[in-house]
Amino acid sequence: MRKLVSIFLVLLMLGSIFLFAACGSSKSADGEEEEENESAGFQGEVNVYNWGEYVDPGDDGGIDVIKEFEDTYHIKVNYTNFETNEELYNVLTNSNSTYDVIFPSDYMVSRLREEGMLAKIDFSNIPNYKYIDERFKNMAYDPDNEYSVPYSWNFVAIGYNSDMIEEGSVTGFKDLWDPKYKDDGILMFNNSRDAMAIAMQLCDPPIDPGAESFTREDIDRATDKLIEQKAVLKKYVMDQVFAEMEGNQSGICAYYAGDIYTMMLNNENLDYCLPEEGSNLFNDAMCIPATCKNKENAELFINFMCEPRIAAANSEYITYGTPNTAALDLIDEDMLESELINPPQEYLDKCYTFSNIDDDIYGYMQKRFVEACSASAEINEVEKKTVNPAAVWAVGVILALVIIATLIIIILDIRRAVKNRGRINKI
Amino acid sequence: MKSKRPAIPYLGWMLVFTIVPLLMVIYFAFTDERGQFSLEPFKNASVYSEVFLYSLGIALISTVICLVLAYPLAYSVSRCSQRAQSTIIMLLMVPMWMNFLLRIYAWVLILQNYGPLDMILNLFGVDVTLIGNSGAVIVGMVYEFLPFMILPIHAVMTKIEPSLIEAAQDLGCNGFHVFTKVIFPLSVPGVISGVTMVFVPTASTFLVAQYLGGTQFMIGDVIERVFQSDHNTGSAIAVVLMIVILGFLVVMNRFGDKEAVAG
Repeated sequence: MRKLVSIFLVLLMLGSIFLFAACGSSKSADGEEEEENESAGFQGEVNVYNWGEYVDPGDDGGIDVIKEFEDTYHIKVNYTNFETNEELYNVLTNSNSTYDVIFPSDYMVSRLREEGMLAKIDFSNIPNYKYIDERFKNMAYDPDNEYSVPYSWNFVAIGYNSDMIEEGSVTGFKDLWDPKYKDDGILMFNNSRDAMAIAMQLCDPPIDPGAESFTREDIDRATDKLIEQKAVLKKYVMDQVFAEMEGNQSGICAYYAGDIYTMMLNNENLDYCLPEEGSNLFNDAMCIPATCKNKENAELFINFMCEPRIAAANSEYITYGTPNTAALDLIDEDMLESELINPPQEYLDKCYTFSNIDDDIYGYMQKRFVEACSASAEINEVEKKTVNPAAVWAVGVILALVIIATLIIIILDIRRAVKNRGRINKI
Repeated sequence: MKSKRPAIPYLGWMLVFTIVPLLMVIYFAFTDERGQFSLEPFKNASVYSEVFLYSLGIALISTVICLVLAYPLAYSVSRCSQRAQSTIIMLLMVPMWMNFLLRIYAWVLILQNYGPLDMILNLFGVDVTLIGNSGAVIVGMVYEFLPFMILPIHAVMTKIEPSLIEAAQDLGCNGFHVFTKVIFPLSVPGVISGVTMVFVPTASTFLVAQYLGGTQFMIGDVIERVFQSDHNTGSAIAVVLMIVILGFLVVMNRFGDKEAVAG
């Protein structure tokens, strides 16, 4: 009897979990019934592959962009995320899944275009293209405006905590190498392209991070510069930067300007600096892959994203600039006035954009960046080597000892087994 | 033969998802990008020797601390009543129901500057940075893997017959000798599986160092990062790590056998 009761209780618990799960999912879709009705009413679908948190989800008085598109056009949006341009590229080349709209960054657009992986967009289906600022047309990554529609733009800047660091004393990326900020905590990009670009600007003589290609020596020099920074660096971060800066854990960081704007809203001690060296200006665009299956829906979606109201909502949500001129009137003025969203022209003139570099060189860059990340902080100033010969020897000796010990044990075991068998046979 | 049949599904699973991937990792470790035989990946991997040693060191220290904390605890728990034992074991397991990352993140909040621990220490005039160093990484590791040390030791301890201890006492052993001659030898198998279950994951884990440590990576983080761009070097590091761990396991098992024979 007791057993039966306990089994019943366990089943009850499991059942309630499913019930909760069901409630949760139906809540997010505003009632289960409604969702069913909707899915019955959809006349087609569009597969969107985008950066995480890159479309307004409709919290805090914004617009639920995806839902509004579905309601207006009765087209189901299958929305998935990627984290890096390279991930997007790998998925497009290696997987069977097809996407209809993708959001690559500038240099990735040119790579995909050159490899014939993009479809030409029929701009007669995108009347809202007229709102796109001339400044964002005829870009190097799509010189004839055939394959892409700009979605957002931003650049790299420096954020710092004015409680720890005197206001105005930070002027450029060189301060991220300054030992006097070591105790406040210096944070650096945890991705090879952005970190290497900053290091390249600080090399002597500087290397242009926007160059068409780099030599291995260029990357080696930038790596040395990064290793030099390790003595004062607190951490390499990406998303952790928000917790570190907003929680007053670290004093200074290099990150995307729009995100620094967000951090400043959440912590009034924070201030920013437009680095005097200039920085990486990037923009993300909407494209249609050549393999797409719902091209008309894709164009409908892109057109919808260019509607001023929608573009404004997205821009406010991601706090990056929008290339949509009509959207500018609808965006929060405080945000538009910030230099982090709209830097002055003199600053923009100092910026550079990334070009599409060779696979080979990009691989080398990633490899050297991991080496810089794992290099010891107490690096010998004169040699600046990433390899410590003593450590290599130590690992070698450990390996040899382990292999020898294993062999000896195995041999002993075999001998014992043979002996035992012999004994058994005798008996 | 018949008795092996139920194991076939699992054997199939192991073949597809353990043996084949293992062979692939070994294949990648000994080839270059063009698929030709090469020792280049190991040469590239040698750059990370220092990180490798650092990780083994952290794993060793964490394992020793876990053992020192877990052994007395497991012993005293095994002397409790049945009911108390299940409650205590249950309490030990509760943190493990939470997501691994959340637990690490909780430690970040506890140890961070102006965090609770930092504040308390400041009250006593102690001004130290608690996070972003090897100490914090070890604390995180010990917290994550302590249950894996306690459970096997406890399981073995509960199986020790009280009559054996009584017999030892009857034969004139004092408390210390009961421990060294009876309890410890009988608990060695538990200690060995505990040590294995803590050492192996701490040596290869990732993310803990990224959250609690500073700029110093651990070998697990390096493998993760290297794999994003270079499968061959990543595999080579993984193979070296596997060999060391395998050797460690063989030695540990051997140690266990001997003790069991002697016991």
